[in-house]
Amino acid sequence: MSYAIEMRNIRKEFPGIVANDDITLQVQEGEIHALFGENGAGKSTLMNVLFGLYQPDQGEIYVHGKKELINDPNDAARLGIGMVHQHFMLIDKFTVAENIILGREPKKHGVLDMAKAVKIVKKLSEKYGLDVDPNQKVEDITVGMQQRVEILKTLYRGSDILIFDEPTAVLTPIEIKELIEIMKRLVGEGKSIILITHKLKEIFEACDRCTVIRRGRNIDTVAITDTNPNDLASMMVGRKVNIQVNDAPYDPKEKVLEIEHLNVLDSRKVDVIKDLNLTVHGGEILGIAGVDGNGQTELIEAIAGLRKVKDGSIKINNDDVTNQKTRKIIEAGLGYIPEDRQKHGLVLDFSVGENMVLQTYYKKPYAQAGILHNKVITKKAKQLIQEFDVRTPSERTLARSLSGGNQQKVIVAREVDRSPQLLIAAQPTRGLDIGAIEFIHGKLIEEKKKGKAVLLVSFELDEILHLSDRIAVIYEGHIIDIVDPKKTDENELGLLMAGRKKGGSEA
Amino acid sequence: MSRILKKINWMTLLIPVVSVILGLLCGAVIMLIIGYNPVLAYQSIVESIFLQPYYGGETIRAMIPLMLAGIAVAFAFRTGLFNIGVEGQLLVGWFASVACAICFDHLPKVILLPMSITAGGAAGALWGFIPGLLKARFKVHEVISTIMMNYIALYTTAYLIKNFLYTEGERTPTIPAAASLASTFLADLTQGSRLHWGFVVAIIAVFAMWFGLWKTTKGYELRAVGFSPDASKYAGMNVSRNIMLSLTFSGIFAGLGGAMEGLGTYQYMTINSAFTGIGFNGIAVALLGLNTPLGVVLSGALFAGLQTGGMTMQSEAGVPVELIQIIIALIIFFVGSGYVIKWAFGRLSRKGHK
Repeated sequence: MSYAIEMRNIRKEFPGIVANDDITLQVQEGEIHALFGENGAGKSTLMNVLFGLYQPDQGEIYVHGKKELINDPNDAARLGIGMVHQHFMLIDKFTVAENIILGREPKKHGVLDMAKAVKIVKKLSEKYGLDVDPNQKVEDITVGMQQRVEILKTLYRGSDILIFDEPTAVLTPIEIKELIEIMKRLVGEGKSIILITHKLKEIFEACDRCTVIRRGRNIDTVAITDTNPNDLASMMVGRKVNIQVNDAPYDPKEKVLEIEHLNVLDSRKVDVIKDLNLTVHGGEILGIAGVDGNGQTELIEAIAGLRKVKDGSIKINNDDVTNQKTRKIIEAGLGYIPEDRQKHGLVLDFSVGENMVLQTYYKKPYAQAGILHNKVITKKAKQLIQEFDVRTPSERTLARSLSGGNQQKVIVAREVDRSPQLLIAAQPTRGLDIGAIEFIHGKLIEEKKKGKAVLLVSFELDEILHLSDRIAVIYEGHIIDIVDPKKTDENELGLLMAGRKKGGSEA
Repeated sequence: MSRILKKINWMTLLIPVVSVILGLLCGAVIMLIIGYNPVLAYQSIVESIFLQPYYGGETIRAMIPLMLAGIAVAFAFRTGLFNIGVEGQLLVGWFASVACAICFDHLPKVILLPMSITAGGAAGALWGFIPGLLKARFKVHEVISTIMMNYIALYTTAYLIKNFLYTEGERTPTIPAAASLASTFLADLTQGSRLHWGFVVAIIAVFAMWFGLWKTTKGYELRAVGFSPDASKYAGMNVSRNIMLSLTFSGIFAGLGGAMEGLGTYQYMTINSAFTGIGFNGIAVALLGLNTPLGVVLSGALFAGLQTGGMTMQSEAGVPVELIQIIIALIIFFVGSGYVIKWAFGRLSRKGHK
């Protein structure tokens, strides 16, 4: 039979590395095919070859059974290959319809025919159940909707082979569900889809077959019905995956973080934390579960002194740190793995070494009398790179050029090494691959075992259930309930996160 | 030494070097079109600077304020700020140093000279601090406020001279010898050029920028805030204070540049009806020097050489001195379009592989 896409024995070399080494990818007509591998395994290179951005050094590409040379993205578009990029390429100030037709505008007597454009977009949107309003401005619609606009863009250009590049990284759980439905509807209409991902859950929910690549090589292509998550994960990482378990007995020690009657305003001066009480003890991981936007970010920022507390008190180790300067709170014993690692966790244009001392650069032994001791900093950086297995050419490499997982390792290394009494981890594994997740979970558990207090905030219920000793559910700015992870399940948590207390009463 | 060489990224050096070559080539083409001899023109520049002590001295003399202005721009740039106000900071520095020298003319040299230089630096610092404060407190963009501060500086210094320090010739009186950086030794050495001891100050400034930014905790903080104010805030740094500090430091360098003109080159200050241009050339110097201390020295030398040599070019090759400005503009143009140069080299080297 002929394949929608067949890439045979593709090899692509860059100076110093072989990004793709003899990779074969066969995508059947009308299937959702997962391309599965860790960050840096060569997924993007392979797709860029298919999309005409790179020329392969070896190998052939067949589209619908015909051998083709794809020299640039225009060739790819002509062959019906469309890419839904991870970072959207949309113009915020334009409407949905304007964005979609851009570059291929319908014309009447040489003049843009906007009415026709809106009609076309509406029709396409209805056909695939995308439910997009063509006249809204892109800046006014949600991220999920913007992604649908990207999908429509490729459909408008007549693509019948769609590449989705890590599409769920930016979506909420509900949006992910909807996206998978959309993808299924697309293949139902005869399209073929390649889904680039490193999330197992999506593969099992959406895909028909899966090609696993590791370090630029083909490992295997399997039908989803013939495999299971553990096997697939092991295939990707190349060894047995040790799911880190929080197996240390729950033995809470003294109170490390004590929050009482906390009230915080958000940027629009609306109450976002309302009378919140929370205690975290040494030797425990407290997970905060909740739907995004229920005050998690503001709560952490208030603890870290980055947001003003209107009312109430925050104590770390019995030290009142309410509305103190961030540096003082850090010195009082706060470690913080921020949610947005690139924006808040790292100075991307600093070297890895410089990033390792972002909070301690002014202290002994890294400095004395205002003069940096660069040798000591370098030594420390080298030690941490080794200890935390940060994959970087050297400590002088810019943080910007590391992969997401390694950037996060730099942050974790820095925060854990300072050995803070309280470690806040906000979405510590978002967007990371299994290997890195495993590593970071292991480190959080280690901190707990050392008797430190860990406050974990995550939108991934699995992660919360998996790691926490206690789970606090946050809803509309206060803790609605605290539950034991051993005695609860996703259903109960889901209800609590939606604001329903046990027994069905509205909170 | 080999370790230092290894650290250099040759690709980044490519753009300034190629830009200079292209700028000179384009200048030559323009000369040819108008009917001058470019070989003779460039020859006269090189010969005058390297063989005639007077022009050599004048080149170093012209380098001093250019380097200080370049350091001022580069320092701010390294901390994430665009200091377009170097010109104004330089003018107030110039005025303050001259005014200080004249007002305290009874003091001995050991006190008066350092005091006058400090006055220049302090005035520049103030002129940098104000836009820094405006940015830190009210989020006023520093490009706008520093441009405005340039005009305030231009007319304020003119007003102050006219009303308080006026003497014949639309200028201040000449400063006392006790505040002067001029040196008969240096002048004799260079056959009567205006070369003065200010080059020592410029060298110290270059060193100070390097040491301050890369060897001190304050410099680490300033660079961190420049690259990422958010991450710096999360790491417990005071972002507003660092913005103010950065522009203040930058202003000190610019102010010193003005003081060098007042205490060294001219020994007085004229009532300027237009900007000196040194501050704006400082932006070009920093840009061509890739905002590095050593780069500023090299590009400062190039610009100073072109400007000084341009005069002999006019007398010996008959080429109008204005052409020098065109060449400088062309160099800046090519640096600005560095992307094109990178692209072209990428294409060339790829073809070479095939």
